[in-house]
Amino acid sequence: MAVTQKLRDGAWRVVELITTPVVPADYLDVIAPLRNPTVLRARVDAVRSETAKAVTLVLRPGRGWQPHKPGQYVRVGVDVDGVRLWRAYSVSSATGRADGRFTITVNAVENGVVSSYLLNNARKGMLVHLDLPDGDFQLPEKRPAKTLFVTAGSGITPVMGMLRSALHELSDVVVVHSARTAEAVVFGAELRELAAQGRIRLIERHTGTDGRLKPAGLADLVPDLFERETWACGPGDLLDDLQEHWADAGATERLHVERFRTVVLVAGDGGTVTFEKSGLVVESAGGTSILDAGEAAGQLMKSGCRMGICYKCVLPMREGIVRDLRDGTITTASEVDGDKPLIQTCISAAAGPCRLDA
Amino acid sequence: MTTLQRKEVNPIAHLSPEDIEQIGRELDAIRDEVLAVRGEKDAKYIRRMIAVQRRLEVGSRAVLLFSVLPPAWILGTIGLSIAKILENMEIGHNILHGQYDFMRDPKIHSTTWEWDFAAPAEQWKHSHNELHHKYTNVVGRDNDLGYGIMRVDEQQKWAPAHLGQPLYNFINACLFEYGIAAYDLELGRNLASKRRRNNPDFRARLRQVGRKIRNQVLKDYVAHPALSVPVGLAFGNPFGAFFGTMAANAVANVVRNLWSHSVIMCGHFPKGVETFERTSITGETRGEWYLRQMLGSANISGSKLMHIMTGNLSHQIEHHLFPDLPASRYAEIAPKVRALFEKYELKYVTGPFVVQVASAWAKVFRLALPNRKPTRAIDHTIPPRHPAEATV
Repeated sequence: MAVTQKLRDGAWRVVELITTPVVPADYLDVIAPLRNPTVLRARVDAVRSETAKAVTLVLRPGRGWQPHKPGQYVRVGVDVDGVRLWRAYSVSSATGRADGRFTITVNAVENGVVSSYLLNNARKGMLVHLDLPDGDFQLPEKRPAKTLFVTAGSGITPVMGMLRSALHELSDVVVVHSARTAEAVVFGAELRELAAQGRIRLIERHTGTDGRLKPAGLADLVPDLFERETWACGPGDLLDDLQEHWADAGATERLHVERFRTVVLVAGDGGTVTFEKSGLVVESAGGTSILDAGEAAGQLMKSGCRMGICYKCVLPMREGIVRDLRDGTITTASEVDGDKPLIQTCISAAAGPCRLDA
Repeated sequence: MTTLQRKEVNPIAHLSPEDIEQIGRELDAIRDEVLAVRGEKDAKYIRRMIAVQRRLEVGSRAVLLFSVLPPAWILGTIGLSIAKILENMEIGHNILHGQYDFMRDPKIHSTTWEWDFAAPAEQWKHSHNELHHKYTNVVGRDNDLGYGIMRVDEQQKWAPAHLGQPLYNFINACLFEYGIAAYDLELGRNLASKRRRNNPDFRARLRQVGRKIRNQVLKDYVAHPALSVPVGLAFGNPFGAFFGTMAANAVANVVRNLWSHSVIMCGHFPKGVETFERTSITGETRGEWYLRQMLGSANISGSKLMHIMTGNLSHQIEHHLFPDLPASRYAEIAPKVRALFEKYELKYVTGPFVVQVASAWAKVFRLALPNRKPTRAIDHTIPPRHPAEATV
């Protein structure tokens, strides 16, 4: 065993030598991008329109993929106008397909760069980047006797993943779903079909006419509310209301929530810059580069030309918003998306609170 | 303020400080125009270029498995030379400038890219992006001026050793990748004293270069030649196959070295390119920095193929003005940049490849000898905006 392993390692080193200074997988990428063991990608196998503003992508993941658990999300990297942007989307398909394919359902949000792009441009054959599925918004192994799902808008996607995977193991299921209109209900036809078969009790609320759902009104719709294990997903204010309501009833542990990003970063002038590794926190003015502000506060930073041409000073931004001092270009990063763009600190000024991985 | 070296005519005497700042603003506007459209087209371009280069390289190396057959040797060597040139010029150089960092693709990023060249990307980025591009043509600051071994400006003091500089330049051209590695290490300066030799930082960089060169040499002169041995055995000439492939790799490396050295010589050495005094860049404004790039660089005119094979360094002027814009955009903005030169009555130095190479070589030969006329430094300082700056 040890000998064959050694031989294999040695052979691999020779292969690496043949392709140096790049790695063998870089050549493989040219002909078979899904075979790369170090970079997880997926090909779009089909695109299905769900509503006027929602689209489902069937993804065929490449090497290295691990199947999701119902309710989990996956981070997807999409090249939008040449720039790779990462977003988290819930898996909407059932688990355990033999060919490994799965679906994500994308709801176009207002000013959403990636969601709008996918709604209008996703095509069969398109390549996207992936991260492994993640998230605790899951059904427990021991299925609860009674369940309640409270969802709004695209919050139905992870729940749909759960229903499609495990409805046959659940006996008493109530789904309370809010959407602006009946047509705007993502998976509307499938949910109504399940309700007609008596497999779920579906309560649709059309906020365009009925107004927003309030937790107080929920008890009228579902009298045995707190006897149910509840999963909720939707806009932040709805989840805040629900959590408060469940806490008041002393039932916090029976409510499981999944939050989507709702905050849109708006460029301001200056901000608090946090260097996460050193713990340094600096107030940085809108006209001062992050490099200058950091150095003035004693942060050890790499720097080079100090005029934006040598790229020596770049640091990963975990969360925040910066402005290019030369041309005003705005760069944002969001923790939820897990993307950490490298920013040139010598020509970038804080345009809001920023947290840097340094 | 910008001070030029000894020249019969000061090419910027007619410009006021306000003019220079206006030039800066107009160049910023050109840059903004490119930024506004930079995107998918550029991403597609570099990805396609990488795919083409890798296919060409793999194809050429496959052909070289049959290096015992002369036609295969010739075809494979030509292909590999072109592949190596593309890899260094249009792909490596430009990615390492951060031109494609906007894509946020970790595979095509200045912080992760490594190239098929003796000099490790990290060290090259320091000496090239940080020093050469910031201190372009400033005598004593920009070591690209003569690479520390040659006299390329009348202002540089002549010594008898300069008599040999045409020879040094030719040797440097053949072994360019090693020359650059030594240059990035500042080998001459760092080996000069025991204290510098033993500097841990220098030794670490030396080891880094050593590892890189070892891998490069093993790849080109051992691993790939060995791969062609089985085919050689089939033809009853395993040694011919091994040494044939080894020679093909050596030729490809030398061709690439000669080519990149020539292109780079055309960028800053030809007639008409200005050099600057060390003190002249103190307190330099953005407009003055732009102006120095305009005066300190020279283009090569030619076809689209020429631009691609030079990594668009044929647009050296545009490259030095905007080193971080995708190089394939330089051709688009070149007419605007040239119009700006004309508007401000500046000389846009350009010419065909052969003419520019000859001009650069002529300078190398001419300056191997002492100046015919005694050097007379004429003060061409542009008028200061504030009296306080006059002392700078």
